[in-house]
Amino acid sequence: MNIINYKYAAPRNFYRLAGTLTPWFGLITAVLLGIGLYFGLFVAPADYQQGESYRIMFIHVPAAWMSMFVYMMLAGSGAVGLIWNIKLADMLATVSAPIGASFTFLALVTGSLWGKPMWGTWWEWDARLTSELLLFFLYIGFMALQAAIDDPRRASRAGALLALVGVLNIPVIHFSVQWWNTLHQPASISAINKIGAPAIHPSMLYPLLIMALAFTLFYFTVALMRMRAEILQRERHTAWVGEIAGGKA
Amino acid sequence: MNWSEFFAMGGYGLYVWGSYGCAALVLVGNVLSALHKHKTTLKMLRDYSRLDEAGTK
Amino acid sequence: MAPTLFSTSRSVFLRDLTLAARKPADMITPLVFFSIVISLFPLGVGPEPALLRTLAPGVLWVAALLATMLSLSRLFASDYADGTLEQMLMSPQPLSALVAAKILAHWVTTGLPLVLLSPVLAIQLQLPTAAMPTLLLALLLGTPVLSLLGSVGAALTLGLRGGGVLVSLLVLPLYTPILIFGAGAVAASATGQNPEAYLSLLGAFLIMALGFVPFATAAALRISLD
Repeated sequence: MNIINYKYAAPRNFYRLAGTLTPWFGLITAVLLGIGLYFGLFVAPADYQQGESYRIMFIHVPAAWMSMFVYMMLAGSGAVGLIWNIKLADMLATVSAPIGASFTFLALVTGSLWGKPMWGTWWEWDARLTSELLLFFLYIGFMALQAAIDDPRRASRAGALLALVGVLNIPVIHFSVQWWNTLHQPASISAINKIGAPAIHPSMLYPLLIMALAFTLFYFTVALMRMRAEILQRERHTAWVGEIAGGKA
Repeated sequence: MNWSEFFAMGGYGLYVWGSYGCAALVLVGNVLSALHKHKTTLKMLRDYSRLDEAGTK
Repeated sequence: MAPTLFSTSRSVFLRDLTLAARKPADMITPLVFFSIVISLFPLGVGPEPALLRTLAPGVLWVAALLATMLSLSRLFASDYADGTLEQMLMSPQPLSALVAAKILAHWVTTGLPLVLLSPVLAIQLQLPTAAMPTLLLALLLGTPVLSLLGSVGAALTLGLRGGGVLVSLLVLPLYTPILIFGAGAVAASATGQNPEAYLSLLGAFLIMALGFVPFATAAALRISLD
């Protein structure tokens, strides 16, 4: 079993594995999305206070969770690549960034669209949205840094260090923003904060969890796809890549 | 199933469908972007090997 | 006499101070920028004293952030260009100590003048005099953290195109906690409340940054130079 695992740390073998896995991951993602959307849009009842608008939650909350999860994956794989010099780990960090940034963007947009009917403004500086915005900047910074460095090794290592500094700062940023938020606003409980409270009805909880799972598998599907392109790019001087390029001419 | 009620979403239709639409864009966008990247990488490799062969002649 | 950790660090510190003294423009430009940015706000929002008084803590801090960031490229640029930085990497002394010495020199020539100038500019923004000591103390505690965090960004972007703007993009999100608590301290003081909690937090940030950041910057330098 050990031998099989280590074999896939080699880019060439992982390329083939990723190619086989991607369609299956994609299929499971699509099924989960279907189930989640069905339960979220058709089965779950309207909310007592927010009516139908709360259904945005089934997109907003999973997107926000994913924005954090993908950043952890990015920082974690970056750290693995930095410490043990594993190229695939470096590649996972690089390909995760645009996916995570897009989830963060989705969380911000849906947060704004949810806020307008609830609070009356298109943007509200509440603790969650503000932290999400700063997370978006962290993603952009990571991508900008990697884009500015030509040498792939330096780019991966610099990005990994930046991501680690970011990860350590995220709790500090979150804490500071929460303090700042309670400081500048009276203690009015926002509608979104209420959703975080424990008593969420199962008919609403299950679609939420299914959507979160769907988004997670979606991330892995797209990451696998991007990894294949990244592997071809980085290993372009090897014979096996040459065959792939030549064969498909 | 009252479809017109469903699309109106209790008056919040713009916001709800705007959100789900944005989600669709993000998901589809990610997939298309990944496919595009794969395609351009293969093209780059082909050009690379073509120039390589031309250089060694 | 064999070079010790302290004597080497002190040499690096004094060298950077001397080099900065030879180019006074490098020290004065951030100060002028600081002043200009602060003067822009009344021009933008109108001179009404009550409004300026409310904005003052935030504006002072944002301007200090931006001025510090502008000066960051100076930290490693010239040593990188003439090879001194590579010599430091090969030195038997721990790189983090040498880096800390450089950051200290950078703060003395950039952050400290900002701190000293701030009360004058705060008067322009109608900040009550009762808040001045808090302003000074908060900036005194906060600006070294800005230099420290900024040094990581400067080290990661050594020699890259896109220079200053790229560093800003990397470093500004990390600055937000300092901004929140620094401005919070001054605002609390200006409205007659006790700024102690904010100042303690700023002090805590400073201690943690002093403990960890030089190692991160040293690692970043090795990544950029290897």
